[in-house]
Amino acid sequence: MREISMAEVESRRQAILDTIKDPTATHEQKVTYLARHAENFLKVLDEPKEMDELMRCSDDARCICNLGEGEAPYRPRYITPDYPKFLREGSAFLQLDPPKDLFEALNSLMILYHNVPSITNYPVFIGDLDLLIEPYIQDLDDETVMKALRLFLTSVDRTILDSFCHANIGPKPTRAGVLLMRAEAQLENAVPNLSMRVSDETTDEYLLEGIHCALKSAKPSFANDAMFRAELGDDYCIASCYNGLLKGGGSYTLSRLLLNNIAKRAKDIRDFKENQLPFVMDVMARYMDARIKFIVEESGFFESNFLAKEGLIDRKRFTAMYGLVGLAECVNLLFEKEGKTGRFGHCDEADQLGVEIMNQIDAFNASHYNPYCEATGGHFLLHAQVGLDSDRNTSPGTRIPIGEEPDELIDHLKNISLFHKYFPSGTGDIFPVDITVHRNPQFVLDIVRGALKMNIRYLSFYSSDSDVIRITGYLVKRSEMEKLNRGENVLQNTTGLGLGSAKHCKILDRRVR
Amino acid sequence: MSVKAPVNRIIPFSAVDGPGNRTAIFVQGCTFNCRYCHNPETIRACIHCGKCVPACPAGALRMDEGKVVYDAAKCVLCDACIHACPNSSCPRIRWMTASEAMAEVRRNEPFIRGITVSGGECTLQRGFLLELAPMARADGLDVLLDSNGGYDFSTDPELLSAIDGVMLDVKAWDPGEHLRLTDASNETVIANLRFLAEAGKLTEVRTVDVPGMMDAAETVRGVCEALVQARAASTPYKLIRFRPMGVRQEYRTIRTPADDEMNELARLAHELGVPNTVLI
Repeated sequence: MREISMAEVESRRQAILDTIKDPTATHEQKVTYLARHAENFLKVLDEPKEMDELMRCSDDARCICNLGEGEAPYRPRYITPDYPKFLREGSAFLQLDPPKDLFEALNSLMILYHNVPSITNYPVFIGDLDLLIEPYIQDLDDETVMKALRLFLTSVDRTILDSFCHANIGPKPTRAGVLLMRAEAQLENAVPNLSMRVSDETTDEYLLEGIHCALKSAKPSFANDAMFRAELGDDYCIASCYNGLLKGGGSYTLSRLLLNNIAKRAKDIRDFKENQLPFVMDVMARYMDARIKFIVEESGFFESNFLAKEGLIDRKRFTAMYGLVGLAECVNLLFEKEGKTGRFGHCDEADQLGVEIMNQIDAFNASHYNPYCEATGGHFLLHAQVGLDSDRNTSPGTRIPIGEEPDELIDHLKNISLFHKYFPSGTGDIFPVDITVHRNPQFVLDIVRGALKMNIRYLSFYSSDSDVIRITGYLVKRSEMEKLNRGENVLQNTTGLGLGSAKHCKILDRRVR
Repeated sequence: MSVKAPVNRIIPFSAVDGPGNRTAIFVQGCTFNCRYCHNPETIRACIHCGKCVPACPAGALRMDEGKVVYDAAKCVLCDACIHACPNSSCPRIRWMTASEAMAEVRRNEPFIRGITVSGGECTLQRGFLLELAPMARADGLDVLLDSNGGYDFSTDPELLSAIDGVMLDVKAWDPGEHLRLTDASNETVIANLRFLAEAGKLTEVRTVDVPGMMDAAETVRGVCEALVQARAASTPYKLIRFRPMGVRQEYRTIRTPADDEMNELARLAHELGVPNTVLI
C-alpha cells in the first residue's frame, strides 16, 4: 500500500467532519459517505501513473473520471443476481426456503434486495418482476394482486433509497406486467426505475399500457429487445440507469472518458485522433484493468459473498463498462479549432465526425483484452454515461446538449440513430412530451416502433407536467427536489443528484415534444 | 404534368392531426371563413398585393414581376408577414407536386403511421390528393383528410376510395349559427357527417365550443344523434375548447369554456350513446 501525505489526511478528516455535520444528509446517507471517506484513505490500486495528470487534476482538465468509485473496491459496481434461481431454491445464507405463494415470494425478494451490494450499496437490478411474479398470481384476483404489489413497490421505494434501482418487464405481455404498471401509475414513485423490453412479441395493447404508465410516473422506458439480445444473448438485463448487462453477473467497474476535455488537449482533429484520444483511452483501460484485478484477486468478494457462494452470481458473467460523455461538446470544440461552424446535431459533417470518433473508440475497445471479462469476449462494453450533477458543459454520452435540440423531433431521432448501436451496456435519450393535452398515446407508440426499426436502443418519455421526472437516467420527484432545496432532509440519495442536475445541467429545460 | 398544390406548411410529427404520429400537410385556401380560425393565414390565396414585403425583417420576401417571391432560406419564421397581410393569407407558400410533398413525408418514416392533409380546405386540392394518396399508401401509410365538410364527398367515390378517412369539423348544428360563424351553409357538412359515417370513412368528428357564437349542446346533440342513426356511435368525437391562440385580433376576447361546461358536453354525448369523447 502506498503512503499518503499528512496534508491529505487532514483534508480527509475535514471532509469526514463536514459529512457528520451535513444538515441535508439523512443518517443512512451519512453512513454511506463515511464508508467512502474511509475507503479513500487507501492507495492499493496498481494504477497507471498518468492518472494523476488525467483524473486527479482540475475539473476543466479532467479527461478520465471514475465516478467516485473509491480507491479500494470491495464489491463490483453493479450486481445482477439470478432471481429465478433464488425463488426456485431459496437461500441458505438468508435462511429462506423457496416461496410457495405471492406473499412469500415478495417478502423473500425484499429480504434479498437488502443483501445485494453495489456501488450505491443498494441493488441496481431487482429482477424481471413480471416473470418472477407471474407464476404466483394464477389463482389470485386482480384486487388481491394489486394490493400486494402496491405494498411491495412502496417498500422498494422507501427502503431502496436510490433510483439507480432497476426492474425489467416484457417483451411478452403478462398479467403480472400489466398489474405492475397499473400499480406504478397509481403510486407515482421514483423507485424502482423500470424498463419495458419491446420486440415484435410486444402487443400494441401492452405497449400502450407502458406508455400510459410512463406519462404518469416517467417509467417504463422502452428498450430495443432485439438489439440487446443480439449483442448480449437471451440472459441480459437492464440495470441502474439503462445498462445492458448479463444476468447472474454484472459489471466490475465503470470509468468514463470526458471527450470534451480530451478535445481541449488537441491542436486539431488529426491530433485528437492520432495522439490525444489514443493516449487517454489506453490509460483509462489500464486503470479499469487495475480496478478489476483488485476486486477479483485481492478483495475476496467472490470467495466470501453468499451471492457467489450460492450461485446467484458467477464471476465469469461479469464484465466492465467503458464509458464516455461529452461527444457533442468534443465535436463542437474540434470544429471550432478547425475554423468550421457546424454543430453536433445540426450538421451532417459534425455528426459524421462524431461517428468517426465512436468508430475509433469502438475499435480500441475491441482490441483491448481483459482476462476477467470472458463473458463479453475479453472486452469491456461501451457505455454512454448519463453524466454527473457536477458536470459542466458536458452532455451525457452522445446526447445533443439541452437547449440545442433540433426543432423537429425527426431530426433529433436521426442523430440518435447514428450512435445507439455502439453501446451494448447502455445509452438512452429522453423526451418530455406534452401528451396530456394531445390525448394521443399512440403518438408515442409510433415513435417507439419506428425507433426499433432504426436501431435506436433506448427511449424514455415523461409528461411535461408530472411530478416524477427523469433526470438523466434515473427518476426523481420534483416535489422532493423542492424540499431538499429548502434545506430539508429527503429520503432518497438521487434527489440530491437530481437537484444538482436541475441547477447546473438544465435538465428542466429539455425541449418538450 | 403533375398537379401542384399551395403548401403552407408541413409538420413532420404531429400528435394532434389524427391517430398516432402523422405528418400533417397544410394546404392554402379555404371555402369557409370561420370567425375563430386558429390559422387564419391559410384562408385565402395570396393576391400579390406586396404589403408583406416591407414588413419582413429578414429580407426573405421581394416583388418580382408583380409577384411576391419567398426565400425560405432567409426566413426566420417570425410571422411578421402574416400579421401584415390584409387578406388572411401568407406569402410563405410552396407550390409542390405530390412527389415533392411525398419526398418530405418519407424523411419521417418509419416513425409515422400516416399522413393528414389539412388546411385551409384540402379538398380544394383534389388533383394533388389523388396523386399523393396512392404514393403514401404504397409506403404503408394511411391517408386522412381534415375537412370543413363543405365538399360533397358523396359525389366523389374516386377520392373517397383513395383515402382512409375524413376528420370532419361540425362547427354548429343550427344553420343560422353556422352561417354567421363561417360565412357558409352547413347543409353539406351535415350530409357529409351522415354519408361518411355510413360509408365507414368517418375517422373523427370535432366540434369547437365557442361561447356566445354557437350552441354547443345543440351541436353535440345533433352530431351524436346522426352518429347513432348511422351505426357509427363508436366514432371518436373531439370536443375542443375555444382558445384564443392564433385567432384574429377581433375574436381574441371570446372566453375559453370552463372544465364544467366541457364535462357537461361529454356527459351529454355519453347519454346520447356516443362514448368515445375526447376533451381537448
